Amino acid sequence: MTTLTKAAPPEADEPPAKPPRKRGRLVPYWLLLPGILWLLVFFALPLVYQASTSVQTGSLEEGYKVTWHFATYWDALGDYWPQFLRSVIYAGAATILCLLLGYPLAYLIAFRAGRWRNLILVLVIAPFFTSFLIRTLAWKTILADGGPVVGALNNLHLLDVTNWLGATDGDRVLATPLAVVCGLTYNFLPFMILPLYTSLERIDSRLHEAAGDLYARPSTTFRKVTFPLSMPGVVSGTLLTFIPAAGDYVNADLLGSTDTRMVGNVIQTQFLRILDYPTAAALSFILMAAILFMVTFYIRKSGTEDLV
Amino acid sequence: MEHYEPESLSPAQLSAGRRALRGGSAAVGRRSVLRASAGGVLAAGGLGALSACGIPAAGKGEGGIAADDRSDKDKRVNFSNWTEYMDVDKDERRPTLDAFTKRTGISVKYTEDINDNNEFFGKIKPQLAAGQDTGRDLICVTDWLAARLIRFGWVQKLDPAQLPHAYANLSAQFRSPDWDPGRAYSYPWTGISTVIAYNKKATDGEKITSVSQLMDEPKLKGRVGFLSEMRDSMGMVLLDLGKDPAKFTDDDFDAAVARLQKAVDKKQIRRFTGNDYTADLDKGDLAACVAWAGDIVQLKLSNPDIEFAIPDSGYMTSTDNLLVPNKARHKRNAERLIDYYYEPEPAARLAAYINYVCPVDGVRDALAKIDPKAAANPLIIPDKAMAAKSHAFRSLTPKEEAAYEGKFAKLTGS
Repeated sequence: MTTLTKAAPPEADEPPAKPPRKRGRLVPYWLLLPGILWLLVFFALPLVYQASTSVQTGSLEEGYKVTWHFATYWDALGDYWPQFLRSVIYAGAATILCLLLGYPLAYLIAFRAGRWRNLILVLVIAPFFTSFLIRTLAWKTILADGGPVVGALNNLHLLDVTNWLGATDGDRVLATPLAVVCGLTYNFLPFMILPLYTSLERIDSRLHEAAGDLYARPSTTFRKVTFPLSMPGVVSGTLLTFIPAAGDYVNADLLGSTDTRMVGNVIQTQFLRILDYPTAAALSFILMAAILFMVTFYIRKSGTEDLV
Repeated sequence: MEHYEPESLSPAQLSAGRRALRGGSAAVGRRSVLRASAGGVLAAGGLGALSACGIPAAGKGEGGIAADDRSDKDKRVNFSNWTEYMDVDKDERRPTLDAFTKRTGISVKYTEDINDNNEFFGKIKPQLAAGQDTGRDLICVTDWLAARLIRFGWVQKLDPAQLPHAYANLSAQFRSPDWDPGRAYSYPWTGISTVIAYNKKATDGEKITSVSQLMDEPKLKGRVGFLSEMRDSMGMVLLDLGKDPAKFTDDDFDAAVARLQKAVDKKQIRRFTGNDYTADLDKGDLAACVAWAGDIVQLKLSNPDIEFAIPDSGYMTSTDNLLVPNKARHKRNAERLIDYYYEPEPAARLAAYINYVCPVDGVRDALAKIDPKAAANPLIIPDKAMAAKSHAFRSLTPKEEAAYEGKFAKLTGS
């Protein structure tokens, strides 16, 4: 506690014994308490419990005991690596699509929308007033086999391209990887647009004028001014999209087929259907570790650690 | 839980907190607090906590099975059921339940909180395993889950003296399943027939009458659905292979899995579905599928293109069963409710509305008065020819169950 008083800024340099000061010093800790408690009860304890479950063996009849059976991790990874890979690919594709779709829209809202800005923002968020499940089920109608969307795609021979890419199969879209990626993209698009919008909106428009005055073409202005300044939005948007998308199982379940199952589906099946809690827990841990690893790498690479 | 108090935060957390609070940027502070807390938790929770967790064996809950029955003083019963499993009139009231309340003075708190057997098991498991009241007096689950609950000792034996109608009127077909001989613990709410259904428009008028056709017919490629309920799908395939789902071996099961896997591999099968296949079949995205008969009866009313077929090899039958969980507070009221639904008149009203197989004998005349068409429908009241083709899936040991569910999950992609 002595070091604390020594390090105190000059204006706080009063006798530490004075009661109001002492209480004042504790206030920040009391303010932290709800947050720390919340983390402990809803994050740390479940994590410990999950870690424990992942190294247990047994069955529902005989009970589960901790036997430090780490082989569960290897078995889970060996059996389900295709689903892991698929999760990363689908979530990655959805994130890139979200960025490609979301950036122009966020740019429009931030710089060009004028008095329509609030209306467009509401339109971006409005779908979220209905449930995730309903929005996903709506895609079954949109992409129905005989529906206008699939008919148009067939007539334009766009499905031949996606067939060649392995994203669709035959003349349909539902129950293919393309449908799952479409669902993921749609469901997480607002998580991309909103951070992009907030960071674009903060850019001083005089910077654009200055760039113009210095004879930068619009494309150069975008490349050298706008895009670098919007990087915090890009990074947080991609993270907010990629992380939940990688763990999602609803889209793969409703829009996919047997060969589009993601790791979320495997965890659900293991936990609820086969009642193999250790494997489910190990799979969750592997997913968490993989995402943490990728995100750390990504943040380091994009050099925006202080901006997230 | 001593680390709930700020005084006993770990040194790492304290120093991080101090650094954060005394200057330095807020962003760095926030991150280091998080980092320090994570470190602190791992140290505090530690490996000791890891091995202290563990899940006790099921069915060894403390404190006995029955609670004191408050049925006489407290005229209530809490009934958990599936959605769309109770008759509802135009004013959103439930006529048969209201009639029960009027006659007995017992009010029914009816909750539609069962959507999936596996999820519902996950929901009630913690309380039942700990020997606590689930807040439910009557639940309705499918055979295999009922069998599991009975095996764990998580449900109460019913009192036959309270169930005169149920005892007298239960159809012979459902009287003695191998997992509950003589129906000591359970009574069926409905029977479920698993049959083949197809959309005439989507199959160009072709009739689909066998499971082989579902798995092989090139015309149906990518437009065939199977059910995600392992017993229903695998039972139909076993029957198609000429095996009896009531007594098959591991080898038979593996052969059936291999047979279905072939259909999956050549992309014949579009999806393994729960109840959501009805919308796909209605639109024609699924041309043909394995389906539950009750859904098809309802679907046919709005879409005349929907047809069903009973394969010559036979079809699967299961039941959704009423059970009283341990520690239920109103067991006798629950038994009175079960018995009430075995009287022909309420049973007929229920069957006319929900269109599932009625497990009550002597309901045909009562049903004919309300809805003559339903009374003549073999999917609601099976005739002799139909009943002869019905098969049940045998009960599985826990080991078999885990192994079969695992193999089936592999087949469905996860």
